[in-house]
Amino acid sequence: MARMTMIEAIRDAMDVKMGMDEDVVVFGEDVGYFGGVFRCTQGLQQKYGKHRCFDAPINESAIVGAGIGMATYGKRPCIEIQFADYVLPAYDQIVSEAARMRHRSNGQFTAPMVIRMPTGGGIFGGQTHSQSPEAIFTHVSGLKTLIPSNPYDAKGMLIAAIEDDDPVIFLEPKRLYNGPFDGHHENAVTSWAKHEKGEVPEGHYTVPIGKANVVEEGMDVTILAYGTMVYVAQAAAKEQGIDAEIIDLRSLLPLDLDTIVRSVEKTGRCVVLHEATLTSGFGAELAALVQQHCFKHLEAPVLRVAGWDTPYPHAQEWHYFPGPKRVGKALKRAVEAQ
Amino acid sequence: MSDQKMPEASGPLSISVPEPPGRPGDAPDFSYIEVPKAGAVECPAIDTKAEDMRHLAYSIVRVLSRKGDAVGPWAEFLGDDLNDESLLRGLKDMMKTRIFDARMLTAQRQGKTSFYTQCLGEEAIATGFQRMMRKGDMNFPTYRQQGLLIAGECSMFDMICQIYSNEKDNLDGHQLPCLYSFKEHGFFSISGNLGTQYVQAVGWAMASAISGDDKIASAWIGDGSTAETDFHSGMLFASVYQPPVVLNIVNNQWAISSFNGLAGGRNAPFAARAHGYGFPSLRVDGNDYLAVLAASKWATERARRNLGPTLIEWVTYRVAAHSTSDDPSAYRPKEESDAWPLGDPLERLKLHLIKKGAWSEERHTQAMAEIESEVIAIQKEAEKYGTLNRGKGPDPEKMFEGVYKEMPDHLVRQRLEFEA
Repeated sequence: MARMTMIEAIRDAMDVKMGMDEDVVVFGEDVGYFGGVFRCTQGLQQKYGKHRCFDAPINESAIVGAGIGMATYGKRPCIEIQFADYVLPAYDQIVSEAARMRHRSNGQFTAPMVIRMPTGGGIFGGQTHSQSPEAIFTHVSGLKTLIPSNPYDAKGMLIAAIEDDDPVIFLEPKRLYNGPFDGHHENAVTSWAKHEKGEVPEGHYTVPIGKANVVEEGMDVTILAYGTMVYVAQAAAKEQGIDAEIIDLRSLLPLDLDTIVRSVEKTGRCVVLHEATLTSGFGAELAALVQQHCFKHLEAPVLRVAGWDTPYPHAQEWHYFPGPKRVGKALKRAVEAQ
Repeated sequence: MSDQKMPEASGPLSISVPEPPGRPGDAPDFSYIEVPKAGAVECPAIDTKAEDMRHLAYSIVRVLSRKGDAVGPWAEFLGDDLNDESLLRGLKDMMKTRIFDARMLTAQRQGKTSFYTQCLGEEAIATGFQRMMRKGDMNFPTYRQQGLLIAGECSMFDMICQIYSNEKDNLDGHQLPCLYSFKEHGFFSISGNLGTQYVQAVGWAMASAISGDDKIASAWIGDGSTAETDFHSGMLFASVYQPPVVLNIVNNQWAISSFNGLAGGRNAPFAARAHGYGFPSLRVDGNDYLAVLAASKWATERARRNLGPTLIEWVTYRVAAHSTSDDPSAYRPKEESDAWPLGDPLERLKLHLIKKGAWSEERHTQAMAEIESEVIAIQKEAEKYGTLNRGKGPDPEKMFEGVYKEMPDHLVRQRLEFEA
């Protein structure tokens, strides 16, 4: 075991896979020599050479498009988009090409590739360094969409993603890169060194895709969360004295519906959290599934706490980010509903 | 202030919206294309630097003279590749492609398929290029390169089954007609989204080079789609990483109803685009089968010897409608294709072979009839397995397959719901 930040865990996952499989190729903007603007690929070019880890021009559709070409040749590209906010120029390649390659060619060509991208707010990133675009990927058939919340999961999930034969969108909450964050921005930042999930095994292991993690067991209400919101959920439940069952979904698509249904059948109440904007966000899919599969067990409406339906603001960061106060209110409403 | 004379002000500012030289009812006008004499353009060594052959982007490589003779340095460059047997095969590849198109056009009119795209007038380009590709190389085609398959000896039966979306369709009905995928023939899965495959071809070639392999890739795009972002993306990555790729632009003058001036094609030839990225380009008579062979050989050899990418602009004319859903008489002169200065690729190669004594009008007529019967027989065989809306068709449940390698739970649930 080693102590790692999420950055180190992500880097270690790529290191492990590059060492095991020479078809794994890593590239993106500033990813090579410099080691990435978040240091996630530091040292990989030095260790594996410029053919395995290299810098790319500033062109997201080319990065993804060339990655698809490589994947159809037989490589396993693990590519980086510098910020999830900048993935949109590549959206055509992701949706029309990577996601559909297997289906449209009836399995002749496949796109086993990972598209990593830092996501989420809480860092004064403003409009284009804070967004959470997961819903634009979960809506696309053929893609898998993952989001880890801690170093242990980040490494195991990224190795699983690289080994997966389908294209995987790998969202990395940059707010969690150096330590967990519960939304209490007024407090000092804590580091992964003091967190149990900062213990990361060396070498190869996987966290299976499509399996949620019950972070805390509880009886009063089920909280569905992922990424940074997992820690906000924990803080909010504790502060309200509510015995919440907190589920870190980890994999949005495929989704671990069984774990969700089992929990809501037990608690009878459900609150869905995400940083992304509310309308047509992934929370809408979760709420719909819960009401469809748990209708008879529900004792209260399914509530959603999300980012407001506005672009992500700069100065109003903490009025926008769904912190423990707003989550706490929703939890109270959910458990008090008759 | 200098004493330079400034142009007169011409009133308020305005934009320029390009118009083709002729609209319906007008006389065709191809004065915008300067056609050099066959043999007039030099053939540089394949390791020539881009800057030393920039002028080739502004001319047109041509081999077949008006009289049907093979002339000039590009004919010499072909060397042993220029023999009667090879050219007769090329002629037959083009004949097959044209007859296949004509039969499928009729089949669409008869309701046997929903859609078809001909390549009438452009047969030389794909069939000629394919002759210079080797097993294991990969073409990233558009929907108008069926000639790659025919010259690559793909089964016409398989092609027709795909067009009919019948029970033998190799894509199980997932794809529109003509959006083929034949990996074993080096023919990449076609997408409806224009330009996307251009940068994928570059990535595929990068992967070959990263692996130390000897395979090359070839990208295809039309004149209209060069306006897409991914054209730039492909050119950029080709320029930066110098992978073994040939970047083809088939300039058939038209993108549905838009003439190529609307894609920026009148301000500079498409071939000139390569020089902004610093790699060589050729501009080639796309209706001259020998010129196609020669330029394809030049560019593929460059790629195989790790000399980097080449752009080729194939100058041709889209004789047919854009697709079976299009009526060109609504936007261009009816007789425009007759006036096309580079003529018909089949007629031009035929003339050459007749002149050499390797072919005759009689043999040509006979060969056309033979190929037509062959295609009809294959078509009939394919129809045994159904046409669109007739026969069994692909198993409906197959629409759930291949979305992922293994079917996730939510799709399993939907398939069960579908059955119920």
